[in-house]
Amino acid sequence: MNPMNYVILASILFAIGSAAVLLRRNAIVAFMGVELMLNAANLSLVAFARIHDQLDGQVMAFFVMVVAAAEVVVGLAIIIAVFRARQSISLDEPAELKG
Amino acid sequence: MLSVTWLLIAVPLASALVLLLAGRRADAYGHWVGVGASAAAFVVGLIAFVQMLGLPGEERATSVHLFSWIPGAELNLDAGLLVDPLSMTFVLLITFVGTLIHVYSVAYMEHDPDRRRFFAYLNLFVAAMLLLVLADSFLLLFVGWEGVGLASYLLIGFWNQRNEYATAANKAFIANRIGDIGLIIAMGLMFSAFGAVDFATVFDAAPEATAAQLTAIGLMLLLAACGKSAQFPLQSWLGDAMAGPTPVSALIHAATMVTAGVYLIVRSAPIFNGAPDAQVVVALVGAVTLILGALIGMAKDDLKKALAASTMSQIGYMMLAAGLGPIGYAFAIFHLVTHGFFKAGMFLGAGSVMHAMNDQVNMRRFGALRGAMVVTWVTFGLGWLAILGLPPFSGFYSKDKIIEAAFVGEGWQPWVLGGAALVGAGLTAFYMSRLFFMTFHGKARWTDDQHPHESPLLMTVPMIILAVGSAFLGLILASGDRFTHWLEPVTGHVEHHEPVLPVPVLIGATLVLVIAGVVLAWLKYGRRDVAQEAPTGSLAAITARNDFFQDSVNRAALQRPGQHLTRTLVYLDATVVDGAVNKQARGWAGLGEASRRLQNGQVRSYAATMLVGLVIVALIIVVGGL
Repeated sequence: MNPMNYVILASILFAIGSAAVLLRRNAIVAFMGVELMLNAANLSLVAFARIHDQLDGQVMAFFVMVVAAAEVVVGLAIIIAVFRARQSISLDEPAELKG
Repeated sequence: MLSVTWLLIAVPLASALVLLLAGRRADAYGHWVGVGASAAAFVVGLIAFVQMLGLPGEERATSVHLFSWIPGAELNLDAGLLVDPLSMTFVLLITFVGTLIHVYSVAYMEHDPDRRRFFAYLNLFVAAMLLLVLADSFLLLFVGWEGVGLASYLLIGFWNQRNEYATAANKAFIANRIGDIGLIIAMGLMFSAFGAVDFATVFDAAPEATAAQLTAIGLMLLLAACGKSAQFPLQSWLGDAMAGPTPVSALIHAATMVTAGVYLIVRSAPIFNGAPDAQVVVALVGAVTLILGALIGMAKDDLKKALAASTMSQIGYMMLAAGLGPIGYAFAIFHLVTHGFFKAGMFLGAGSVMHAMNDQVNMRRFGALRGAMVVTWVTFGLGWLAILGLPPFSGFYSKDKIIEAAFVGEGWQPWVLGGAALVGAGLTAFYMSRLFFMTFHGKARWTDDQHPHESPLLMTVPMIILAVGSAFLGLILASGDRFTHWLEPVTGHVEHHEPVLPVPVLIGATLVLVIAGVVLAWLKYGRRDVAQEAPTGSLAAITARNDFFQDSVNRAALQRPGQHLTRTLVYLDATVVDGAVNKQARGWAGLGEASRRLQNGQVRSYAATMLVGLVIVALIIVVGGL
């Protein structure tokens, strides 16, 4: 199978993920969108590694997974803190730090 | 003794400070402290003078180092005093005449509640004037120069509850400041040319400097002298300065401050000797002022203002002499000394008249005071004879020498300068006789409430002493050229020059003009009745009465353009400079306001921004083929 198909799939996944981040108000859903975009990036990294017959992409995918795990920890903590403070996880409501 | 010459300045200064700080507590005795300080300065000066007389001529100049004033790598300046025949002449004149005026003021200011403050200012003035003449550098001289400016401002505006008097004080102060700019620029030029501003270095280096440098310095010194000495075109303040108490007029406007300009020119002789062009300008300024002052004096009905115009005119004689170079320096100072006596005497006489006439100064309301005030009449009369220049009174010996010296030279100069000096003598005779006859002779034109009476002894004794000086000082100093020889260490020895006309002819012509002036004045103001109201007069009389419209000229030529210039500058500053700054600031503020909107706190809009940025970067990479 042509590995370019994986790249195209990754693009579609990335588009879906970014659409979720940009369009949904629910912080958890937006967070899932971010995960989806990270997965798309991982998929394209692995696909490019296969295309170029090198392991660099694979290694970078592992790094991304580690960063994503850390991000989930921080992100979920923020969401919980925001929910405790405002009884809501809408992304549009908290704008106290605006310029 | 010379090492304590600093006491000359310190004693009156300390007295001024004590009187000012002590306040009302010293009201009872303050005036005697002031008199004592001035008299003490005179005694110190006299002792130093006697010591100086014991030395041979070339050793009479002594520098007294006081303290290191401005130590620096480039400019090293010590504060020091220069005691030489020239400064000693001034010290004696200032302290002697000054002390007499102090004594006179005790009685004259008796009913003034602020008499103590008046004496503090007088002492301050004397201290500043002594510093001016004793300084051994232009910078220290400048301190005294400003000091007398301040003291004269305080004294002219002494009765500053009257608005016009306060204005007169301001006018004198501002006109003097214009002159001071000249002195400051001159010092700057000296520093650039010689790297120093003390007399010794500057005068030693002067012969090596170029004529252009010396001319520039000389002209700036002349500007300074014009301001202080009320010379054309800065003379307009002197008449108004008569607003101050009369002893002030006698002290400042006859014997000391206005003569400082002449002192400056004579002291700077080595500079002017190398700048013939500047010398001609000095002489011309003197000649113009002497005629102008005389013409103003002819038209004034105010006793003190007529005397002020006369001072201006006589200082014109001194400037003329100082502009003639070495042949005139000694005569300028000689005339300055005799003038200090007879003009101070006449001012005190005028004060005595005012004292008797309820402070009336309009001469048209005087007349026939001879009988009521015999002492004042005699002492004023001696001053009058002295200023006329009739032998054997003081003025003859000094003024006649100036007229002779003015006729020395080549080309047009002796005729113009000498002619002005000669005509000035005739004019002086006319206006001084007019003043004398209108005040003391003719019919009484007093108002009903006036009861003239002689002044108390404290006033008449100083007048008598000054009158004796007016009568005989010239003769004493002129015999055997005593005064000229005394000044020789400073002004240099001068070979005799022949005037373009024979000397007896000049003396004769002067005397004829003087007598003609007196006779004319007698016919017009002595024998005939004087109108109590001034006649409208011819255009010339109106012009002279209004000081040649000097105030209007100044206003139109200097004040108005200055005001317009500043207004334009203010407008430009507000619109162009401030406008540019403010517009720019507003632009940045707008930009900040716009970028503030981006920081809306919305997570999703931030994410969108990031996405847009990412797409743009990706497009650049793909399309740009990077």
